[in-house]
Amino acid sequence: MIRGLTLAAAFVALWQLAVWLGGLPRFVLPPPVSVFAALVDHAALLADHGFTTLLEVMAGLVLGTALGIGLALALHLWPAARRVVEPVLVASQAVPVFVLAPVLTLWLGYGLGPKVAVTVLLVFFPVLGGLIDAMDRVPDTVLDLARIARAPRWREVLFLRLPTALPGLRAGLRIGATFAPTGAVIGEWVGASKGLGYLMLMANARSQADLMFAALVLVIALTLAVRRLADWAVGRLIGLVHFSGTVRPSTSGRLPAQQRIARND
Amino acid sequence: MNALSLSGRIALAGADLFSGEVVFAEGWTCVMGASGVGKTTLLRVLAGLPVAATFQGHVARPGRIGWMAQADLLLPHLTVAGNVGVIDRLAGRLTQPDKVSACLDAVGLAGFEARMPDTLSGGQRQRVALARALMQEAPCLMLDEPFAALDPATRRQVQTTAQDLLRGKRVVMVTHDPSEALRLADRLLVLAGGALRDVTLPAKPRSGLSAQEAATALGQILLAMEAA
Repeated sequence: MIRGLTLAAAFVALWQLAVWLGGLPRFVLPPPVSVFAALVDHAALLADHGFTTLLEVMAGLVLGTALGIGLALALHLWPAARRVVEPVLVASQAVPVFVLAPVLTLWLGYGLGPKVAVTVLLVFFPVLGGLIDAMDRVPDTVLDLARIARAPRWREVLFLRLPTALPGLRAGLRIGATFAPTGAVIGEWVGASKGLGYLMLMANARSQADLMFAALVLVIALTLAVRRLADWAVGRLIGLVHFSGTVRPSTSGRLPAQQRIARND
Repeated sequence: MNALSLSGRIALAGADLFSGEVVFAEGWTCVMGASGVGKTTLLRVLAGLPVAATFQGHVARPGRIGWMAQADLLLPHLTVAGNVGVIDRLAGRLTQPDKVSACLDAVGLAGFEARMPDTLSGGQRQRVALARALMQEAPCLMLDEPFAALDPATRRQVQTTAQDLLRGKRVVMVTHDPSEALRLADRLLVLAGGALRDVTLPAKPRSGLSAQEAATALGQILLAMEAA
């Protein structure tokens, strides 16, 4: 926390230094003070647009994560489908999201839909990749446990591979959460009547550099907050899995028959 | 259906790792042999686990078996109790907490239910693995160098616990350690050149052996390994 604040302070100082030494006009690089003033002056406006973006980001993050986890599980449950689907998914990521955004706007209109869709597209892939890789990398010796138990595939996937691979999900979600606001803002640039991305375009068109930078600061803050939130949530999920795997200890231990015999002799 | 036997041919890259028939009786059967000779492969085929080699033949084994490997295979995200019950969970059977506690008690880890594996010593971890195998109440157990990673003193303790708890079962254990074989084996087999050969051991119990007799027996095991 303190280290973060120190870094932020150092960044602001560098910024101020650049303004002084660079002699750049205010509409190119406004000083931090005027950006801060814009944050205060336009607080209501920023909050209003920020809330829209936050909504898009959260919806996209939740749906994208669910899609990523769902796909990772499905592809592990049906290896035959995986051989077909995985190359398609990889190819889908080769299409730049900037190209897709106008198409999505065309299909889904100017509302939340296309922004959420772009966010989902950016989020699901790192989540899927992180989780499925980690599920692939569960050591073969550990999988022996499922073989000894003669576990059906779905039990092996759900009770052995998935919990073992949760750190991979966490890593994927960290990347996904960092991309999420980018997705929402790109969606807003293409066509929107609300949101921080829209506000930035408007402010730019009106040469309100300080307001544009204020929106930018808010996007950065949003990104950091969302990343933190996602990390916390997946931490809770891991805790939950641990708990559900726990067999409550019992104080009145009764010995199974053959152990009783074994201990008596 | 407690029979445990393997007949057929296990081959890797054209060479026979094993061919013939072997029937495992009640008690401890130890399998020794040089590294890479195929002991683990033989054990995995017996356990029905996948191997790199090809196997043609027949294995008779009961529906439930116990398995211990050199690594304890404890899942770091589960408690000790969760780990002991993991096979039941994977098999879709209801885990009885009382039975988990009883198995932990039997291996000398009473009250360890809520501990996480990373708080345990190597010996304790392997005891949990033993408790996990006991949970199956299986008539046959297959052990792949389960005590190899333990220090000598701990190894002796865990060996003794395992010996007490697995009395009356069919246990097949791969080992590199002649003294372990001498301590535990009712029957000792050496795998070499695709065949298993019996090595004669002094009668059990061997705790009464003199130093001279023990040294002779160990020497005979080593010679059998050399000759193979």
